[in-house]
Amino acid sequence: MPDFGKQILAVNGLSMVFGGLRALDRIDLDVRQGEVVALIGPNGAGKTTFFNCITGLYAPTEGDMLISPPRKDKNIRLNGLKPNLVTEQGLARTFQNIRLFQNMTVLENVMIGRHCRMSAGIAGAIFRNRATRHEEQQVVEESYVILQKIGLAQYVNDFAKNLPYGAQRRLEIARAMATDPFILLLDEPAAGMNTRETEELDDLIEKIREMEGISILLIEHDMKLVMSISDRIFVVDYGKKIAEGTPEEIKSDPAVIKAYLGEESDA
Amino acid sequence: MFSIEEVKKSFLVSIWFMFLTFPIMVIRVNTIYKIVEWRWERMFYIGIGTFVISFIWRYLMRRKEMGVKKKEVGEDALPLAQRLLQNRRVSYPAIALVAVLALIYPFVFSLYQANIMITALIYVVIALGLNIVVGLAGLLDLGYVAFYAVGAYAYALLNYHFGLSFWVVLPIGAAIGALFGIILGFPVLRLRGDYLAIVTLGFGEIIRLILENWNEFSFGPSGIANIPRPSFFGIDLSLAETTRFVYFIMIGLTIFTIFVVNRLENSRIGRAWIALREDEVACQAMGIDKTKTKLTAFALGATWAGMGGVVFAAQTTFINPASFTIWESVIILCCVVLGGMGSIIGVILGALVIKLLPEYLREFSQYRMLLFGAILVIMMVFRPGGIITSVRRTYQFKGKSNRHA
Repeated sequence: MPDFGKQILAVNGLSMVFGGLRALDRIDLDVRQGEVVALIGPNGAGKTTFFNCITGLYAPTEGDMLISPPRKDKNIRLNGLKPNLVTEQGLARTFQNIRLFQNMTVLENVMIGRHCRMSAGIAGAIFRNRATRHEEQQVVEESYVILQKIGLAQYVNDFAKNLPYGAQRRLEIARAMATDPFILLLDEPAAGMNTRETEELDDLIEKIREMEGISILLIEHDMKLVMSISDRIFVVDYGKKIAEGTPEEIKSDPAVIKAYLGEESDA
Repeated sequence: MFSIEEVKKSFLVSIWFMFLTFPIMVIRVNTIYKIVEWRWERMFYIGIGTFVISFIWRYLMRRKEMGVKKKEVGEDALPLAQRLLQNRRVSYPAIALVAVLALIYPFVFSLYQANIMITALIYVVIALGLNIVVGLAGLLDLGYVAFYAVGAYAYALLNYHFGLSFWVVLPIGAAIGALFGIILGFPVLRLRGDYLAIVTLGFGEIIRLILENWNEFSFGPSGIANIPRPSFFGIDLSLAETTRFVYFIMIGLTIFTIFVVNRLENSRIGRAWIALREDEVACQAMGIDKTKTKLTAFALGATWAGMGGVVFAAQTTFINPASFTIWESVIILCCVVLGGMGSIIGVILGALVIKLLPEYLREFSQYRMLLFGAILVIMMVFRPGGIITSVRRTYQFKGKSNRHA
C-alpha cells in the first residue's frame, strides 16, 4: 500500500435517524491526503445519506465530522455547517442523479462553482469597477481551463441540458472542481455510463488525483471501476459499516460477500 | 390536408362553438318592446368563422410541433426577431429609432396618450423588478403589488406629514421597498414553488388590508388625495408640462432600470440567482449562500416596485388601496411571463403589450377583455417561452472553435 499523507477527513460514529429508521449507525471513515477511497454497499445501504451528512444537507443525529485541509494547519468541525460553508472549506460533491443547472451554459455551470471564491457584491455588479471586471475575466479563463482539463472545452457555450449523458456527468465533476476542493465526493459517477465512458472516467479520476492533488471519496456500484482505482474501500449495509480495507481484502471478506450475494442456506 | 377526417373535426368544432356562443350571440332580449330577438345570421357567421379558424389553428400547431422536433435534433434556430436583435447592424438603428420616438412622443401625441405611456412605463420598471424575483431567481411572487403599494404610500404619507418632495422620496421609496422585500423574504426562505406563491399572495393581501383598515395611518379606503406632482427646480409647470416632465422622468427611470438589471443579470449575483432557479440543492452544494441569494433577489426586486409606486402616486395625485389588489400582481406577473421570463427586452415588450393593448382595444368596447384574453392564450400556446426568450451570454476563446448555445 502506498504511503499517504495526513488524515484530511475523519468521521467518527456518525449516525442519522429518520423517525424510526436508523439510516446510518455509528459509521467511522477516514480519508488521507492523495487517497482514492470508495464507499460501497447495496442499494439503500445509506451511502448517499452519508454524503448528505458530510456536505451539510442533513444534520446528523450524532457523531463527529472533522476535516484538516492540507493548506491549513487546523482541524475544522463540519457538524452544523451549512452546505455552502462546507463547500467553502474545500469539500465538493457531485450528485447521483445529475443536478446541473440545465438552462445555463456549460461555462456558466463551472463559473457557478467558483462563486464562493469570488467577492463581487451588488455595488460591484452595478458599477462594474476594475476589480469586478478583472475578477470576472479571471473566472471565465479559469473555468475554461477546467473545462479543457475535463475534456469539455468543445461544449463551452452549449446549454448543459443539451449535452450527451456522459458529458453531463463529467460537467458535474468539472463544476465541483471549480470550487477548488481538497477532497472531491463523487456520488455514483459511472451510473448509466457504457464501458468506454467508464474507462474514460477511470482515467479522469486518476488524473484529478495525480495532477491536482485532490483526494477522492466515491460511491460506486461498478465493481470493476471501484477495484481498479480505490486505495481503500469501506462497505456499508443497512447503515452499518461491515468492512474496510484494500480492494484485495474486501474481495475476500465473508461479510461483504454475504451482503452482496446473500447467505448460503443450510437446507 | 383537407382529408375527410379534418373536415369532420372542423365541422364538430364549429357546431360546438355555435352551441357555446348561442346564448350571448344569438338571443337578445329587447327590454323596450319586451320581445326576444333571434339573430340567427350571427350563428351562421360563427359557424363559418370557427370552421376556417380551426384549419389555421391545426396548421399552426403542426408547424409548432415540427419546430419542437427540430429542436430535439439540435437545429435550434432562434426566431427571426431574436436573430435580428443580435445583429448590430439591425439593433443599433432600432435602438436609435426607439430613442427618437420616445423623445418626440409626448409632443406629437395628446396628453391622454402621454399619460397612458407613463403608466405603461411604470409597469415596465416594476415588471423588470419582478423579473429579478420570478424570471431570474425563480421565486414565484404573487404579492408583488404590495411593494408597489409601499412605494406609493411612502410618498403620499411622507409628503403629507413631513412635506418631503418627490425627489427626496424616490430613493426613500426604493429603500423602503427593498426593506419590505427583506421582511417578506425572511419567512419564506424555506419555501418554494406553490407554497411560496401562497405565502406571498397572503403577504400582498395583508399589506392591502392594513392600508384599507388602519384609518389613522393610511386614511383607509378613502385614500390620500392632493399628492403633489414632481417639482421641476421649483418652477410652476402647467398640467401638460408636468405630464411631459413625468413622462421623461419615467423614460429616465426605465433606462436606469434596464442598465442596472442588465448588469446584475450578467454578474456573480445574477448567476447565483439563475443557479438558485435551476436547482436549489445543487446551488447550495456549489457554495452559494441560499439565504443571502434569496434575500438579495427579494430586496432588489422590490426596490423597483417601490420606485414605481412613488412615481405612480405622483402621477395620479390620488391613491387608495383599491389600486393595489391581487389583480395588479397578476397583471405584472403576466407582463413577465408573456414577455419571456429572464429576458429584459421580452419583459419590456410584455409590459408594453399588456398595458397598451387594452387601451387600443377600446374601439372593440365590450369585446376588449375577451380579445385581450384570447391574445394571451394564443401567445402562450404558440410561444410558451414568451415573446423573446432569454439568451445566455456566450464567450469566445482564442484559437478554439466554439458552438453557440
